[in-house]
Amino acid sequence: MSFNAIDSVLPSSVMGGDSRYKLLETAIKRHQSRSDALIEVLHAAQEIFGYLDTDLLVHISKSLKLPLSKVYGVATFYHFFSVSPRGAHTCVICMGTACYTKGARKLAAAAEKVSGLKVGETASDGSLSLMTARCIGACGIAPAIVLDGKVVGGQSEEMVTEQLKGWIEDGF
Amino acid sequence: MDSNELLEIKEAQIASAKPIRLRCCLAAGCLYSDGEAIREALENAVEEEGLTDQVEVLGVGCMGLCSEGPLVQVDPDGILYEKVKPSDARSIVAALKGGKATAKIGDLNHPFFTKQVPVVLENSGKVDPERIETYIARDGYQALNTVINEMQPSQVVEEVTKSGLRGRGGAGYRTGLKWELVAKTPGDRKYVVCNADEGDPGAFMDRSVLESDPHRVLEGMAIAAYAVGANQGYIYVRGEYPLCIKRLQIAIRQARNLGLLGSAVFDTSFNFRVDLRIGAGAFVCGEETALMASIEGRRGTPRPRPPFPAESGLWNSPTLINNVETYANIPLIIRKGAAWFSSMGTERSKGTKVFSLAGKVKHTGLIEVPMGTPLRVIVNEMAGGAPDGGKVKAVYTGGLSGGCIPAEKLDTPVDYESLVQIGAIMGSGGMIVMDETDNMVDLAHFFMEFCVDESCGKCVPCRAGTVQIYRLLDRILNGMGEEGDIAKLQELSEMVKSCSLCGLGQSAPNPVVSTLRYYRNEYMECIQKNPNRNGNKNAVKAAK
Repeated sequence: MSFNAIDSVLPSSVMGGDSRYKLLETAIKRHQSRSDALIEVLHAAQEIFGYLDTDLLVHISKSLKLPLSKVYGVATFYHFFSVSPRGAHTCVICMGTACYTKGARKLAAAAEKVSGLKVGETASDGSLSLMTARCIGACGIAPAIVLDGKVVGGQSEEMVTEQLKGWIEDGF
Repeated sequence: MDSNELLEIKEAQIASAKPIRLRCCLAAGCLYSDGEAIREALENAVEEEGLTDQVEVLGVGCMGLCSEGPLVQVDPDGILYEKVKPSDARSIVAALKGGKATAKIGDLNHPFFTKQVPVVLENSGKVDPERIETYIARDGYQALNTVINEMQPSQVVEEVTKSGLRGRGGAGYRTGLKWELVAKTPGDRKYVVCNADEGDPGAFMDRSVLESDPHRVLEGMAIAAYAVGANQGYIYVRGEYPLCIKRLQIAIRQARNLGLLGSAVFDTSFNFRVDLRIGAGAFVCGEETALMASIEGRRGTPRPRPPFPAESGLWNSPTLINNVETYANIPLIIRKGAAWFSSMGTERSKGTKVFSLAGKVKHTGLIEVPMGTPLRVIVNEMAGGAPDGGKVKAVYTGGLSGGCIPAEKLDTPVDYESLVQIGAIMGSGGMIVMDETDNMVDLAHFFMEFCVDESCGKCVPCRAGTVQIYRLLDRILNGMGEEGDIAKLQELSEMVKSCSLCGLGQSAPNPVVSTLRYYRNEYMECIQKNPNRNGNKNAVKAAK
């Protein structure tokens, strides 16, 4: 895809004033549009938009004067970046060694059972994402999970089930 | 900023301290368990009791004993409250005037505390990580002042060399030697990088140090920059550690505002700027060449060494890369001298080491002990052994690249060489304790799953080899293993270890090799479960 072709696929929201793009522009300017700030810019973009869709990656590649292949390559290399939308609620189960020896796998099984999702999946109605992490460093309070960004320690299968059930019953 | 101003800040801070101080742990473990609410409740209670002119409530970093958190300590009474709830706040404040608090009182005479020698953690749990004045009050930035105003860069390198400090990230390379190499390599631009990509699952030392005492690491980096002739630094910190990132941002801003970082540090011609780089969840980025690729905004894939970063690192310039704990040792080495530092530890491993204790022990958390302390002291005395009447089976040290140490070898002293001798490594300092209920094949399987996922894919031995090892382990674990699988595992492990490009691949088979070394019988037991283990299809029918 040439850069000219990219122009034609830019969404109208970029041209028309989606305020989120303005926020992204500020972040890019803060890094003087330097191409080596790609990861910083992707962090900012994900924070603003929630995930990195193709239009957004195209926009970033153009702003930083980088080939789209490189931007896509970096965005998909790192676990932190998501190229598909996440659920309204997120439940991340820590799979670090400490949590693992204290039963993280059982927590994951309980979460899968109550939500009907597999780890790594997002519910089709966009209500919930179930994920695992490679160690969030909360080993002292293992097993730990992260619910909507908040870390909670000392979890049991019942506690996880209860929490997710609460979300499901609230209609998310 | 000059030394007088530094002294003024110190004295003003000490003078402003109130006679009684309630220190609330606000590092990750306690913070996640309502730490902030407890601090607020204590502040309100102090106000209600009309004690505001005598008592202050401080938010501090990690106090170490995470399993008993949230923690609150009272100075100067020396009382430690454990598992504090916001509802305990009133009674804790009332107890200052006589009375009994509803919160559980901890035993500060427990070996968990008494056997520790805090060097890196000397300020942890004492200073407010979000206020630079509290760090300065404990002699913070004095080492930087001494170095810049009284020492030549070469003298600084010499002091670090004499101290015998070795890299705390895992490999144990001599820090002084590394500094010397970077200092001697010619180059207009040089970089100092702090590796805070603490990816090993089960390790949280670096996180705690950065959350509890971020200025200490900044000061260590600035000293290193002066010694090697760099004026730009990067801290590469994990994206999974939002609290670290926030506190580092605050710390950098505060240090810059006081003229302790940035241009004209201590009003001299020395400039040192520090920027944060946030990792994006790739384990391989803990490897130094991959880390540099990531700082440059690329996929975090490693490259062969040489050239080493000291010769050609970030943007092909000479680059010094050290771990968080290594930098955190520097200010004290300068302040107290190399001789003081090298008086601690063993002949070849000097100083202290911070360990994070997790898994099947009564007391989980963070400790710092002199090098050479026997594992038994750490696991059985300090951490209190296995909980609920269990029995410690093994300790896993060094994370993914490390190995397991069976209970009968717990008398091994923790130093770089002794651990390697028994097939483990010092690593960054994560210690996971396992009890009799843990299956070692399952553990190796768990680690290998991690490696498969985290292999960056650049070199074939690691990318394909880890998958093959994982499949073999999966088959063995699920009772489908065959005779000869163990030999295959060993052969594959050897291949991946010797042929992979970087540290990740070279150490990926370690969990398999080390569990096979001590717990071969558990592999055998799994294989015995397969009636078809000899590859004889009829055996299944016969068994039925």
